[in-house]
This record gives sequence, structure tokens and C-alpha cells, in this order.
Amino acid sequence: MLPDIAEVTASDSALRRFLHGLPGVDQVGAEARAATLSTRSIKATAKEFAIDLAISMVDLTTLEGQDTPGKVRALSTKAMRPDPADATCPPAAAVCVYPDMVGVAKHTLEGSGVAVASVATAFPSGRAARPIKLADTRDAVEAGADEIDMVIDRGAFLSGRYLEVFEEIVAVREACSRRDGSEAHLKVIFETGELATYDNVRRVSWLAMMAGAHFIKTSTGKVQPAATMPVTLVMLEAVRDYREMTGQMVGVKPAGGIRSSKEAIRYLVMVNEVAGADWLDPDWFRFGASTLLNDLLMQRTKMRTGRYSGPDYFTLD
Amino acid sequence: MNVSKGSTSSTGAMFDYAPAPESRSVVDIASSYGLFIDGEFVDPVGDTSFKTISPATEEVLAEVSEASAEDVDRAVRAARTAQSRVWSKMSGRERSKYLYRIARIIQERSRELAVLESLDNGKPIRESRDVDVPLVAAYFFYYAGWADKLEYAGFGPDPRPLGVAGQVIPWNFPLLMLAWKIAPALATGNTVVLKPAETTPLTALLFAEICQQADLPRGVVNIITGAGETGRALVTHDGVDKVAFTGSTDVGRSIAKAVAGSDKKVTLELGGKAANIVFDDAPVDQAVEGIVNGIFFNQGHVCCAGSRLLVQESVADDVLERLKRRMSTLRLGDPLDKNTDIGAINSADQLEKIRQLSEVGEAEGAGRWSPACEIPQHGFWFPPTIFTGVSQAHRIAREEIFGPVLSVITFRTPAEAVQKANNTPFGLSAGVWTDKGSRILWAADQLRAGVVWANTFNKFDPTSPFGGYKESGYGREGGRHGLEAYLAHS
Repeated sequence: MLPDIAEVTASDSALRRFLHGLPGVDQVGAEARAATLSTRSIKATAKEFAIDLAISMVDLTTLEGQDTPGKVRALSTKAMRPDPADATCPPAAAVCVYPDMVGVAKHTLEGSGVAVASVATAFPSGRAARPIKLADTRDAVEAGADEIDMVIDRGAFLSGRYLEVFEEIVAVREACSRRDGSEAHLKVIFETGELATYDNVRRVSWLAMMAGAHFIKTSTGKVQPAATMPVTLVMLEAVRDYREMTGQMVGVKPAGGIRSSKEAIRYLVMVNEVAGADWLDPDWFRFGASTLLNDLLMQRTKMRTGRYSGPDYFTLD
Repeated sequence: MNVSKGSTSSTGAMFDYAPAPESRSVVDIASSYGLFIDGEFVDPVGDTSFKTISPATEEVLAEVSEASAEDVDRAVRAARTAQSRVWSKMSGRERSKYLYRIARIIQERSRELAVLESLDNGKPIRESRDVDVPLVAAYFFYYAGWADKLEYAGFGPDPRPLGVAGQVIPWNFPLLMLAWKIAPALATGNTVVLKPAETTPLTALLFAEICQQADLPRGVVNIITGAGETGRALVTHDGVDKVAFTGSTDVGRSIAKAVAGSDKKVTLELGGKAANIVFDDAPVDQAVEGIVNGIFFNQGHVCCAGSRLLVQESVADDVLERLKRRMSTLRLGDPLDKNTDIGAINSADQLEKIRQLSEVGEAEGAGRWSPACEIPQHGFWFPPTIFTGVSQAHRIAREEIFGPVLSVITFRTPAEAVQKANNTPFGLSAGVWTDKGSRILWAADQLRAGVVWANTFNKFDPTSPFGGYKESGYGREGGRHGLEAYLAHS
């Protein structure tokens, strides 16, 4: 069983002992496993199933300095009806925006079932004082965000101040509470491209899960490399093992760099074979992406009509 | 597998992979095959033949000639003539051109070779496509590079070929074992007569076609098909200077006896009962992959298979639970389906042997476990199986099963692990799983096995020598060391 979280997080050294006591990850082996899973051949009915599932898992994202209410409204409309020509096409899971755009997205998506996700905590760098990060979070929640995508303090993690990272996640989770007692779901972004090693990915996954993350997420999309198969593999192993120990399920969201249907299907195969079929649900697995959606739609149309359509047959946003 | 479901509901959907079979149309199998002697397919003298079948369906693939002693003699004489008149006179640089050409043709025809190998052998297309055939090309490329550099290989200033090599290979990696044998023999200026196993002759016969396509001088490579009698005639033939055999320890022993007292050089690569040692500080998820790859790769038809799992008692429960969960995701079925992990057992005889030894394991009191899996109606199949609570005294811990059957043994200290690992008549390979570099080096130093893998298993490379201790045989194949077996030097 999981050691008492209060005990493990009583001090920096206790938390360090726990995280460094997790089994190591062999880099060569983890990458080889991800590569082997990538050779699965998903055809016909399995492909149709996977494409629709992937569409329903997309967090359609725009995180740019140039974002405007018009852009966010357009993207939200697209999330509700990704293929205007085909009503059987499932909607995306959420629209992911900066906090100041939450209100616009919320208004457009009202009653659609598509969630509004907002990045917060001085996204993407996370370099701000904690009160500012918490205010950032509360602001997004008050504006109507259903989900908060926070970034961890990678500087603190890399310098070994694990407890600081832990406490910050706990504090942000508290800031996700609404007045009516409900709370926005918390996704914790690790920026694995900056943490560099798979051992770090495993440790930070456990740290975030123990701190109360609803989802663990690879990247901001602003740093290369963003999501990779082996990094997501290590995170899927972590959520699987965490449920074995605690009975609690935590979701996983690879974000950034997943552009084609082929890649998305490889991720779903990995979810299926590593974490298990229980995670094959938008409640437990998401793709943080923008261009991926149109490739999924293009493949979906191809499967139904037998023909490829040009990019102009699919809406930009 | 105990998956605790907590407060959160499980809502995931079933992701059923649709069949994804590789097309058979890429291969062109003849209804019958002659013997490849002196650059041509010829009829056997005795006009006897046997059938080769697909072990996944029991469908007859082709009728194959059975070479008699007279046919063997023809082949050896053709090889001798080619050796003395053409191949030994050719410069290393010229020989390497042929080897490079063969390697390139293998790459070009890789899909065809992979499909044929999976059809005739029963192994999953994922393995023949991603492991066997790429390695076959790699061995030819590697030894092509040595052909003009032999004087710098460390075997004296003027190493000479031995002459004619008689080579007998097994059915588990038909084309790869052919490459391990033929590539170094040809690079060093020898000519060969090779006999593939009677259950898997087709890729060797396709290789004969590739030799024709590469314009290899006639007689340099001769392929004769047949069973034990043909093999015996080949290895005992007076005109054979060098015998290379890969296969069972029993047959290896009889070959050693048969050639004792002659001046033939011999290398034998025989059975194994490798220990895959998992220490308590191992990277556990990758170790589980390594255990699976160690024993279930190629249905466990691997002489260096990690058939004994030695796991430290303090982590044994956790490792076994993870292993069982992982085994439940293995997909058994049609070898040509690209998503198949476990293919067919190569023959009815082999299946019977695996069944018998598994029954012995149960009778001896070991705990038998296999994941739920559907076994196809036709063909030869055996589910991935583990035996727990196995001790060194059990037959399943000592005898080579050569199937997808793992014996799990626990240990308490590193010294005990090494002691148990070495406590076998075999010594072909071993695996060590630990995050501690110093322990890897210590264990590798103590283990009496030809290959020791660290945090991996069943990985092959043409630059690395391969071979056994004790009853696993003698001589090395692969790498610079692999040249020595085919060279006369002072």
C-alpha cells in the first residue's frame, strides 16, 4: 500500500526518500517498448473506433499572444461540431485557452458538453510568485473554467525542492474550488522536455498524483521536445501503478507535437496495452493539440467515403 | 490479476484490433523444389521427397527433395571445385562485392523473405520483419566488410580458408542461422554446403535463388535439403574440412563423436537454459519487458532464451504480478497478422515435447499459469506459460524446453543468484537486471555464459561474438571472433 501521504510529505527529505525509492526507468528499454507498441497495425473497424475516440479526446488548444475573442469563438464552434458536414462526428473534449479568454469560450460553449480548460500559474514558464499563480488560477476558475492546466515549478523540482513543488500543487488544487463546493479539474503540466530524464518523469508523476492532480500532462507545447511516446509510457505506468496502490484513477494528457492520426492511434494503443482499457475515455485520456483534429477528420472522411479530400474541405478553426 | 477499482468508475471502451494480415501474394512458392548444387536446382538422385507445412494451419506449402549420400557427395564436390578453382583465388575485395550484393538483394526482397519465413516457421511477421530479416542483411554487410581485411583480423599475416564447410542449421531462425553460417564462411574464402532443417527449408531455397540473382560463382553456395540422415552424411563426408552446427545438444554430441579423429574443424552452438536475473533494484517495468522478450520471443524457440527467471525474493511478488498482467496483453494467433506477438509452435513433435515437460512441471509440484487466450483450431499452439515455486531440483529448471515456458526461481543474495545461474550443464547466455553498474560488471564476471545481457535480453548484433560454455557448445560465431572458425592460421 501507499505509505501515508502525510508521512511521505512531512519533510523534503522524506519526500525525496520516497521519490528516489521508486523503481528506476531504463531509458533504452522504455524507448524500445514504445517503439514496439508503435508497430501495431490498426485497420478497418479498429481504426474507425480509434479515430472517433481520439476526436473526443482532443483538448483543442490556442495559446498565443495574438489570441482574440473572435479566434476563441471560432475555435469553440469548431470544438462543438468538428465536422459541420457530418453530425455523427463526436465533439472535442475541451477548448484550452489563456485565463483571459475563458469567459469568451465559456459563453460560446454553454450547454454543449465541451469543457473549457484554462492554463494558469504563470504559464508556460511558471516563473512567478505563488500568490500570483494562485490568483491566476482563481481568476480562471471564476471566469468559468471547468479545468485548470497548471505548470509546475521546474526550477524547484530540478534543484531538489520537491516539497515546494508538492505544496504548490496542493495550493493550486485548493484554488480550483468554487464557492458552491465543486471544483475545477486540475491538470498538472510537467514540461518533461525540461525535466529530461525518465526517472524524473516517474518521480514527478508520483509527486503530482499524491498532491491531488486529476490529470498529469506532459508539456506546455512551448518547449521541445514536447510529448513523446516513451515519456507518455512512463506516465501511463505511473497512473496504472497508482491505481493499483490507492484505487484512485488519474488521467494522462500528452500535449504538443502530436499532429497526425497515425501518431494519435499509436498513443491509444499504448493507453490500451499499458494502462488498460479503463483509460480509453476522454475523462482519463486527452490530447493537447490543434492541428491534430483536422488530420483526424480527414482520415475519418476517408474511411467513410474511400477518398481523401483536400484541406479546404475542413475548417481552419 | 487483481486490479483494485476504487471510487472512480471504469468507463473505458474495448479497443479490439481488427485483423491486419500481411499479404501472402508477395511470395511465390513452387509446388516442389530440387537441390541447389553447383549453381542450379537439380533433381535428387534417389527421387525421394518430403513435405514442408505451415505450422499455423498444417497446410502443405511445398514438396522438398531429400538429399541422399550421393547428392551430398555431388554437392561437396561442387563446393570443392568452386573453392579451389574460383573462390580461393579471388581477391578478398572481389569476394566482398558478392557479399554486399547479396546483402542488398536481401534488403530489397525483405518483405518476401519475412512472409516466407513466417509461413514456413510459424513465427510472427513482426519478428521476421523487424528482427530476423534485418539481422540477416546486417550479417552479410558486416562480413562483406571483413573479406578484404583478413590479414588485419589478428589471425596472423596470411590467414587461409579451410576449404569446404558443411553447415547444418536449426528451424528456429532458419534464414538468420543461414546468414550466421554462410556470411563468415564466404568472407574468409571457404565454400559451403548447407542443410536447412527439414521443417523450415523454404527461405534457404529462396536464398539459393538470391545467390543466382547475385551471379555468385556456381558451387560457392550449395543448399541441400533433408533430415537427420542427410545431415549425418554431410558432416561425416571426407571432403568437408569444417563442420558448423547449430541445434540440440544431443545431435551436437553425436556430430562431435562422428568427426572425432578426423582433421575437420568443428564449431557447435547447442542448447541453453539461461538465467535471467532480476535484482531488487532493477528497473522493474523494463525488466518485465525483458522477461517477456527473453522467453516468449519466437515462442521460446531460442537456444539463448531466458527460460529461468531468477528473481530476488524481496521483489518476487511484485515482479510476478506485473509479469502476469503483461502476459495478458500478449496476442497469440496468425503469424502473418502484424499484431501477433506469439505465433505457432514449429512442429507437432516440438509441441508434444513442450506439453510433456510442462506436465512434468505440474507433476513435480510447480504452479502453472497462463493468461486466458484463445487457441486456434488447426496448427500447433502453446499458450505463454509460467511455472512458479520452481526449485533447482525440478526437471523444468534443468532441461531445455524450447517453448514459451518460463520457470520462476527466487534467490536471496547476489552470490546465491550467480550460484544458481551457473548451476546448469548449459552456459549459452544470461541476463542481469539492476540499476547498479558495479553489480552488472561483477555478475558478468562470475556468470559462466557466452553472452551476458545487462538490462536487456535477446539482442543480437553481427559485431558481437556468440557461443557457449559447457554443454552449450564450443567456438564463436559473429564478430571478429567468428572469422577464426573459418581460417587456418599459425
